[in-house]
Amino acid sequence: MSAPRVVVVGGGLGGLWASLRIAESGFAVDLLSLFEVKRSHSVCAQGGINAVLDVKGEHDSVWQHIVDTIKGGAYLANQPPVKSLCEDAPGLIHTFERMGVPFSRTPEGLLDQRLFGGVRNRRTCFAGASTGQQLLYALDQQVRRWEVAGRVVKHEWWEFLSLVLDQDGVCRGLAAMDLRSLAVRAFTADAVVLATGGLGQIYTPKTTCSTNATGAAASRAYQQGARFANAEFFQFHPTAMLGEDKTRLMSEAARGEGGRVWVPRTPSDTRPPRRIPETERFYFLEDWYPAYGNTVARDEAARAIWRVTRELGLGVGGGDRVYLDLTHLDRDFFSARLGAILEIYRKFHGVDPLDEPMEIFPSAHYAMGGLWVDFEKDPQTGGMRRDSPRNHATSIPGLYACGECDYAYHGANRLGANSLLSASYSGRVAGESVVAYLRGRGRVGAPTTAPFDAEVERQEAINRRLMTGGGGHNPYQIHRRLGALMTAKVGVVRDNRELDSALDELHELAEASAHVDLGESSTWANQTLAHARQVSDMIRLAEVIATSARARDECRGAHYKPELALPLPAGKFPGDPEFEAYRARWKANEAAWLKTSIAEHTAEGPRITYEPVDTSLLPPDEPRDYR
Amino acid sequence: MTERRIELRIRRQDRPGSTPYWQSFRLAYRPSYNVLSALMALREDPVTISGERVDPVAWEHNCMEEVCGACAMLINGRPRMACSTLVDGLDPPIVLEPLPKFPVVRDLLVDRSRLFDALKRVKAWIEIDGAWELAGEGPRISPRAWSESYLYSRCMGCGCCLAACPQVGPRSEFLGPAALAQVRLMNAHPVGRFNREARLHAIMAEGGLSDCGNSQNCVRVCPKEIPLTTAIGELGRQVTGQLLRDLFGKS
Ligand SMILES: Cc1cc2nc3c(=O)[nH]c(=O)nc-3n(C[C@H](O)[C@H](O)[C@H](O)COP(=O)(O)OP(=O)(O)OC[C@H]3O[C@@H](n4cnc5c(N)ncnc54)[C@H](O)[C@@H]3O)c2cc1C
Ligand code: SF4
Ligand code: SF4
Ligand code: FES
Repeated sequence: MSAPRVVVVGGGLGGLWASLRIAESGFAVDLLSLFEVKRSHSVCAQGGINAVLDVKGEHDSVWQHIVDTIKGGAYLANQPPVKSLCEDAPGLIHTFERMGVPFSRTPEGLLDQRLFGGVRNRRTCFAGASTGQQLLYALDQQVRRWEVAGRVVKHEWWEFLSLVLDQDGVCRGLAAMDLRSLAVRAFTADAVVLATGGLGQIYTPKTTCSTNATGAAASRAYQQGARFANAEFFQFHPTAMLGEDKTRLMSEAARGEGGRVWVPRTPSDTRPPRRIPETERFYFLEDWYPAYGNTVARDEAARAIWRVTRELGLGVGGGDRVYLDLTHLDRDFFSARLGAILEIYRKFHGVDPLDEPMEIFPSAHYAMGGLWVDFEKDPQTGGMRRDSPRNHATSIPGLYACGECDYAYHGANRLGANSLLSASYSGRVAGESVVAYLRGRGRVGAPTTAPFDAEVERQEAINRRLMTGGGGHNPYQIHRRLGALMTAKVGVVRDNRELDSALDELHELAEASAHVDLGESSTWANQTLAHARQVSDMIRLAEVIATSARARDECRGAHYKPELALPLPAGKFPGDPEFEAYRARWKANEAAWLKTSIAEHTAEGPRITYEPVDTSLLPPDEPRDYR
Repeated sequence: MTERRIELRIRRQDRPGSTPYWQSFRLAYRPSYNVLSALMALREDPVTISGERVDPVAWEHNCMEEVCGACAMLINGRPRMACSTLVDGLDPPIVLEPLPKFPVVRDLLVDRSRLFDALKRVKAWIEIDGAWELAGEGPRISPRAWSESYLYSRCMGCGCCLAACPQVGPRSEFLGPAALAQVRLMNAHPVGRFNREARLHAIMAEGGLSDCGNSQNCVRVCPKEIPLTTAIGELGRQVTGQLLRDLFGKS
């Protein structure tokens, strides 16, 4: 029997960490990626990565990080993994540091930390304004070392298409396509790790995600039986710049440093913004949230912008846009503080945001949901048991998932700077679990070739059908229709009637995607073919999101149905009968809805069931009250 | 009233080694267009000026915010990132060609393996014992050393500098400026320094530092404004020191 091999799909933070740990443990890795791994979406993260180092004398504690993460996620995350994540974060940062990540420094040469959304202490490490890029590059360098040593074999420009399962349902490898020659081939593996990232492209073009963050790979695993959890939880960033191709992130710091959000009181007002007098401007965040004003939390800001544009029709020029105005601020101060951020706006919009108010709109940013993964709880520590082969195992034996494509750690909403952490940490844990899995299982016979041959044949048939299709629908246009539909009906604000109609429209889109005309028949580097395949898998995943959202009749974290909102009674506090009535309703809702949603693929569409959340560390007995 | 239109003139090539040819396209102007979003609009309906329906143009993209390094191409004769090049600032017609010095895969899609091979040759990494957790922290680094190194760590492997470098060519072994800058970066790191000698020997070999003709083209085109020639100058001094050490033994 030959030495065990592992296939890792994806070379972002998650996939590279997993590859590294597996290679270090002596196993050979085949690493697949759609492009050179160095170009993975992780490079886009600018803000930072959380870990309690308490370098600022604030008595920050790991427990506080755990509490913030759990509460930020509205108690929907299983708590043992959250505990381990936060406890291991400092060690992870120091390992990154040893790899040479240029984290920004204090005058003493120590790791510097800054404040990030949703927390009170300075807990976020950063590397200039390019944290994700720097973390990814350090891992890329380490993996290259193993490549030179022959332990890792990279297959860049290869697309994972489907899993190969044996008759016992165990994952024994996969089928993938060379994106140049379009050849489909099988990779045998003793374990497979999916680290294929997020799915923001389902909301195209209103997303901050890279063009390759389609979720197609996770969708494929789902369609082959892997469970998909908490799909309805998707974070929208309130302030993204407008764009035809992508809506780029405008940091929260712009609001934090004094930026004001407004629209003209009359949407037909065609005057340039700076000519509109104060009295004819509607500063709706300041109006609606007097306590917080423009610095109201991400979710609230996104919903308010949604309301002002889509419900009140007050968007600038009647469209999907509002102003984020910095023009009243001190130029020098602002340039010094936020130079790098402003530079992005200048570069992509050709105007200076200190001269002209920026135009922004909420944008699909981060998927909290993803492939369901297991964990083994350590009764001694209350965290995850180290080196358990169950950690990060999907519901398909032999298949692991890590990074943004899994559902762990963030519950119903993610804290800023927690996902570079979870992507990295989960990759490391998944790598270690795979090693435990390989070491722990007995002798396994070589798989028979029949299921591999059948899978390759099935995938080639899909390619042939698409190449000869001529069904009339253009895959790029279907993708845009998908994005517009999901943005309008399965986005920032949800409504059951709209979700029903979204599901109907998704069926039509699925139908259209089965009848596409690629408009090209090239058998070499045919990008339309690859895109057409991705679009149809994105539609399947969109169905999972919409069905899960339809089923969850409550508001929690990023999932918001206004009809079901349970607002705190204004001016009433514990003891007051009105508050107590509210508390009772809140408790009833927790009892009904504090549960993980699980989607399983069936011929009739996603089937949704629920599973309890492990809240053993911090049970939710009190409603959140920020007052 | 005639709608304002932009013209794209694109050098196309069906496969590696096949003969390139040119096609021109017109598309409705939008003020927000960058070269990449214009190409995206074009791929939905690729009809040439002469009315012929052709295959969509192949090219590479991912981040759309000039940080992944994927979308480099020759735009009006200059190596640039398509995503951060606004259509508004360009003289018409907009001429797009694949990034030179790299083998063409298809149309504007090139194979940049040589860039990554160069990183292997120069051992552009820190030799850590393993990615496991250790007690204790990494080395302290002064803010000043940090800010010098940070400049080099932003290299996104786009290949613009190699495209512009007269010393890089299909038959030359030259490592190119990007990999050299990484040697500068790694050699300055408190732990990376331990393997300084191996890296210097790598760039003293054939295709190394001495192939640089000091034309300064690279530094003029780098979209991340990486001070490549400064790095090359510093490496020159490091190599001299290494030569002396090699000749006279450790000092
Ligand atoms: C604009 C932006 C800013 C952000 N800023 C922050 C921040 O400041 N702090 C923070 O903590 N988080 C931030 N995030 C979130 C964070 O960056 C991501 O969640 C994280 O980087 C995801 O890493 P990953 O390894 O899961 O996936 P990715 O880095 O997306 O990598 C996915 C990999 O999978 C491969 N792949 C995908 N499909 C296939 C397939 N079918 N076949 C083969 N390979 C495939 C790709 O090639 C790629 O290598 C930000 C996100 C965005 C969009
Ligand atoms: S300075 Fe050297 S590396 Fe840079 S372009 Fe000129 S020859 Fe090439
Ligand atoms: S040095 Fe600059 S031009 Fe060269 S590859 Fe790096 S980022 Fe691109
Ligand atoms: S698409 Fe990433 S640099 Fe242009």
